[in-house]
Amino acid sequence: MTVETLRRVDARGLSCPMPIIRTARAIADMQSGELLEVLATDPGSTKDFVAWSRTTGHELVEESQEDGIYRFLLRRK
Amino acid sequence: MTTLAPPPPAPVADDARTSPAPAAEEVATRRTADELLIILESGDLERTWGTLILATSAAASGMKVSIFLTFWGFYPLVKPGVRITGVNWMQKMLSVLNRPGIEHLKMSRLNFAGMGPWMARRLAADHGVASPAELVDIAEAMGVRLIPCQMTMDMFGLHREDLVDGLEEPAGAATVLAKIANGVPALFI
Repeated sequence: MTVETLRRVDARGLSCPMPIIRTARAIADMQSGELLEVLATDPGSTKDFVAWSRTTGHELVEESQEDGIYRFLLRRK
Repeated sequence: MTTLAPPPPAPVADDARTSPAPAAEEVATRRTADELLIILESGDLERTWGTLILATSAAASGMKVSIFLTFWGFYPLVKPGVRITGVNWMQKMLSVLNRPGIEHLKMSRLNFAGMGPWMARRLAADHGVASPAELVDIAEAMGVRLIPCQMTMDMFGLHREDLVDGLEEPAGAATVLAKIANGVPALFI
């Protein structure tokens, strides 16, 4: 098993389209199978990350919410 | 905003009873386009903003995006610091009445001599919305192609040196129509 490195995008306080843009740019520099954690406060991001994951094929492994902060865990395809 | 792409074919009537309409989720996963064309004609603040948000989001979703800039859609891409464009007095007058540059766009409604755009930009900044200028930089970095309309450049007396760097070669309506003929979804904004 390969060692998984966890990268993080902090998009808290940013509105559409920045959480998706930052995520796309971060994931482009990653290797297939690597994990990316995204933090966001934009309520629209819950729907956007599901849609983006479908469009791009990068897997949305996990999503959660705590104290108004949305957390998405994505795996690069 | 109008879509110029042909509507998806209607389901065959005979199958309607045996195969129900696909669930919304299934439709959302179906991939039919990997390219997007936006024709930016208005040049209004809110429409230019919307165009850039859509274009950068599409690029972030892996789509190949082109923005064709025509008529008023040109003035957002005049370089900062260039105040008057054009060669003859009418072209110059146009740029005097319609100040070029991404920092000086007007709103189509509630402009109130610049008060509207000032408030819109202020609200956007307070809510973490990227400014149009930031989005142009992001669009370029993400490979969004900005295609100037040759006819508009000639008519408004605009030169390449008046415009921001990183634009594609100017082209015309046939270039845009070739994409649409190939099934690329197109938005006229």
